[in-house]
Amino acid sequence: MSGSAPRRIGAVMLRHLYLMRGSWPRVLEMAYWPAINMALWGFTSQFFTTHSSWVAQTGGILIGAVILWDVMFRGNLGVALSFMEEMWSRNLGHLSVSPLRPHELLAGMLGMSLVRTTIGVLPAALLAIPLYHYSLFDMGLPLLAFWINLLVSGWAIGLGVSALVLRFGLGAESMAWVMIFALAPVAGIYYPISILPQWLQWVAWALPPAYVFEGMRSVMQGHGFDWGLLAGAVGLNLFFVAAAALTFLRVHHIARRRGLLLNVGE
Amino acid sequence: MAVDGISFTVATGSTTALLGGNGAGKTTTISMLLGLLLPDSGAIRVLGEDMVRHRYRVLPRVNFSSPYVELPHRLSVAENLTVYGHLYGIPELKHRIAQLAEELDLTDILKRPAGKLSAGQKTRVALAKSMLNQPELLFLDEPTASLDPDTADWVRGYFRAYQRRTGATILLASHNMAEVERLCDQVLMMKQGRIVDTGSPADLLQRYDRDDLEQVFLDIARDRRQPQATS
Repeated sequence: MSGSAPRRIGAVMLRHLYLMRGSWPRVLEMAYWPAINMALWGFTSQFFTTHSSWVAQTGGILIGAVILWDVMFRGNLGVALSFMEEMWSRNLGHLSVSPLRPHELLAGMLGMSLVRTTIGVLPAALLAIPLYHYSLFDMGLPLLAFWINLLVSGWAIGLGVSALVLRFGLGAESMAWVMIFALAPVAGIYYPISILPQWLQWVAWALPPAYVFEGMRSVMQGHGFDWGLLAGAVGLNLFFVAAAALTFLRVHHIARRRGLLLNVGE
Repeated sequence: MAVDGISFTVATGSTTALLGGNGAGKTTTISMLLGLLLPDSGAIRVLGEDMVRHRYRVLPRVNFSSPYVELPHRLSVAENLTVYGHLYGIPELKHRIAQLAEELDLTDILKRPAGKLSAGQKTRVALAKSMLNQPELLFLDEPTASLDPDTADWVRGYFRAYQRRTGATILLASHNMAEVERLCDQVLMMKQGRIVDTGSPADLLQRYDRDDLEQVFLDIARDRRQPQATS
């Protein structure tokens, strides 16, 4: 009587969906920050449209960048918060003696990240349509490629943060915010990578988000979809998410060896 | 090192207690038997399986309850049991939860958040979670800690009835000597990470020439008296 892996992964997600169902402020908060961020940058963008020839040529570039950045941000938080929730509630001990495998726990966290990101970012993207007459969905299929790549980048960071929290305890929880904002300057969210100093450009091109945001600008400025940039993003994302997942599983194994799983919590 | 050189066998269908002071290694031993903690050396076989290599063959057949490992506070009792029911792959889960709710008097609190329950209610919910898969082997870490005598007695009665009905094996860590005397067939006395004596409660009482296990516990904890040789 151990059931199937999809059922166990579903159970991990169900635990967090119950939590969301029981607390509407949590759900509201997920959608609130992306919407506020989008509104702030949307009006800034409207102002620039009349004062900056670069943005004027490509209306909506900042709004699109803000929304897509939130995909990565929420993707990271979706993984890290799902894991930290288990530690905050001191539930990791029970989970660890259930038939749930570590990779199934990981899959459940990624699934919840997808749910949280969709709840957070979709309303902001929809709100941009009546507010600015700008639809992110006009990008078509490239949007899907950007969305998935940024979500996976967020997963890689979230898994890295979860591994840190498991290894060093909840004192490391602020890493969920620290690590993603450390990447923001070199992700090229609001400006081309070429504006960075040369040495920082090398750093930027070693990370997937730079390829995605350059690709987004290429589409929005009418230069078409750049398959080379997509290949760069996919290749680096596969490397980073695999490395992060292996690190998480390795740290989980070390936690088992050291007996950290039974007594973790606040 | 929390435990060192321990070796013991637990008979199927029996109740065995790990008894010892704080830091004696009881929880560490249970953690190793559950695969939560890997031993530096040696072998652990649970239900005939190597626990280090084939942990996931064993875990669906065992369960664990401890007042020190909590269920998510913000989820209701029913939600917690549903999540764990799915993790254990329980068929006809709603029916199983309703059955346990009736057995453990949880029906009125199924919709209450787990964090808003009294200590006794939390213990019964943890017990329900540990019974979801009708375990062949049940690990209990101080199962009646923080319970009033009436509730504690009821919980002990529940364990006994479950064991009679299913033939399950129970391994418990406890500080409650009266509980151990009443429930257990075998006692493993632990001190400083080692098993220093074993036997049935009656054997131990006879060997240490004492009237109750608490005196035996104190003899061992304080090195007061050596056991008498049995013929």
